Amino acid sequence: MAIVVVGEKCISCGACQEVCPFEAIEMKDVAVITDKCTACGSCIDACPVGAIVREEEKKEKVNIEDYRGVWVFAEQREGNLLNVAIELIGEGRKIADKLNTELTAILLGYDVDLLADKLIKYGADRVIYADSELLETYTTDAYAKVLCDLIEKRKPEILLMGATNIGRDLAPRISARIHTGLTADCTRLDVDLENRRLLQTRPAFGGNLMATIICPNHRPQMATVRPGVMEKAAYDETRTGQVEKFVPDLTEEDVQAKVVEHVKGNKPQVKLEEAKIIVSGGRGLGSAEGFKMLEELAEKLGAVVGASRATVDAGWIDHAHQVGQTGKTVRPDLYIACGISGAIQHLAGMKESKCIVAINKDKNAPIFEVADYGIVGDVYEIIPELISALDNIDELMEMVNA
Amino acid sequence: MNIIVCIKQVPDTNEVKIDPVKGTLIREGVPSIINPDDKNALEEALRIKDMYEDVKVTVISMGPPQAEDALVEAIAMGADEAYLLTDRAFAGSDTYATSTALAAGIRYIGDYDLIFCGRQAIDGDTAQVGPQLAEHLGIPQITYVEELKIEGKKVVAKRALEDGYFVIESHMPVLLTAIKELNEPRYPSIKGIYEGYRGDKIKLLSAKDVGVDENTVGLNASPTNVLRSFTPATKSKKLEFLEGNPKEKARNLIVRLKEENII
Repeated sequence: MAIVVVGEKCISCGACQEVCPFEAIEMKDVAVITDKCTACGSCIDACPVGAIVREEEKKEKVNIEDYRGVWVFAEQREGNLLNVAIELIGEGRKIADKLNTELTAILLGYDVDLLADKLIKYGADRVIYADSELLETYTTDAYAKVLCDLIEKRKPEILLMGATNIGRDLAPRISARIHTGLTADCTRLDVDLENRRLLQTRPAFGGNLMATIICPNHRPQMATVRPGVMEKAAYDETRTGQVEKFVPDLTEEDVQAKVVEHVKGNKPQVKLEEAKIIVSGGRGLGSAEGFKMLEELAEKLGAVVGASRATVDAGWIDHAHQVGQTGKTVRPDLYIACGISGAIQHLAGMKESKCIVAINKDKNAPIFEVADYGIVGDVYEIIPELISALDNIDELMEMVNA
Repeated sequence: MNIIVCIKQVPDTNEVKIDPVKGTLIREGVPSIINPDDKNALEEALRIKDMYEDVKVTVISMGPPQAEDALVEAIAMGADEAYLLTDRAFAGSDTYATSTALAAGIRYIGDYDLIFCGRQAIDGDTAQVGPQLAEHLGIPQITYVEELKIEGKKVVAKRALEDGYFVIESHMPVLLTAIKELNEPRYPSIKGIYEGYRGDKIKLLSAKDVGVDENTVGLNASPTNVLRSFTPATKSKKLEFLEGNPKEKARNLIVRLKEENII
């Protein structure tokens, strides 16, 4: 699907050049697309005379009609389902219903029968459960082998996985082995019912652009999905479905890179994705000390502390707190941004929050563009006042209601 | 020991800003850099070279001709030689086609014990090329490496998880992807910069040179296509600024949040 310029239509106005994120357009007599083109299509929309078009390739279709059904990989660690697995069930359910097909959860582990039952109650029609001691702890080799064998045998049309540190290790390995496309870190999924294509939308270019990706001629269509983005499926005790438990064909020799030790909790758990309220700090805090003040505010609100990339890079706070493109995506009920200017990468990770409060010295900071409430001021003056207002909240509300 | 490091030249996306009026990217003055995680990958290879005898570090990249600048910098940091896969046939590759091309380039270079990649590139953030390359080469992978030890013909790596880490052991050859916790990349030396700019350690390779079938790389061999792209819509919200002195501003906010049952 190359981008081409229809020479006779081009008026060399330069509009395409201006919007191209990759500097892939040169202006000679007419616009010329260079090797840097990634076929993102920004120029197509920008062209005022319709001189830029996408050239559809005529490709041999690879029996994609043989592939049916939506699969989600239900990642578990030490016998516990990850939240993202439940989010994927929620999203996978919607897609399967639109396509009028079955939703299957793929569970790999050892002695995790209870989870299989849970996955049904969350909304899977079927659970394929590979039970083996060699699957108790994740290894790329064992998990990839079991999943690839299953895909070859059962031919799903869609496979969704969580974009966790493990999902992002496993998914590309599988996609390369079965020769199909994979889209990383999707934040939105939809389907084109006409051709059963999965429309996979993800941030590109550091969150400055959103791109919708398709995988037209290969199956399954694979995507990893950012944790915390999709809504969790609801648990329904009465739901029934089919659990297919089997012992996979695996031996010790299949595992080349072996996990010899699993060390947990060397970093404190920061449950940003689950937090109802997040108090987040940026460069405006000036130093690591600022986060102590935020912690105090967070404690009063029952909130979790978040951070911008700049503060993590400066070493003021651990990466586990980072919100944004290279950190976590969150959508709490309340997000209080303190001294955060609002780089696009940060906004990408928090702008879906229900209520956003921005506190910043600069009233032109981009963070205010996504905020519901804004306070222009010094965080060191405002936050102590917020803490003291919270300490006296009953009194304060009485005053207001009086 | 032969070590191959895969690097990518990327625009420094931290420097990219959006034109608030036109809603388009402002590219002017955005520098091209070696992708940060790839620098950690290169640093680790160079550390191994510093520690052991007879280690050769070869850098490979795929990209347009100007990506040679990234290879000059890699030589300046201390790599022994560098290859740039550059050919119109590679243009528009997705991660699958990119890993196919890199695999061909690496087979052309020859014997290797370790392959390093960065975990992910800041212009795409996919983290896919490393594992896909390992699969094409048929070797094991260890991703998100934050600490590495060489023990004879084996590697022992700390592999970061969201909460903790795995210690993973693998034989060589193995492909490793580096995260920034792995090390602190060095600066180029004066001698290195001289050697980098002399250019005789950098070779350009075409699709034909590495013997890759042109139907297996580039845009047409990419399973994924971009259907459309757009600038993310910023939510048009009713923003209310709270006024008064700091105490009043703070109190107004808390009252508002309380009245709306948000807190």
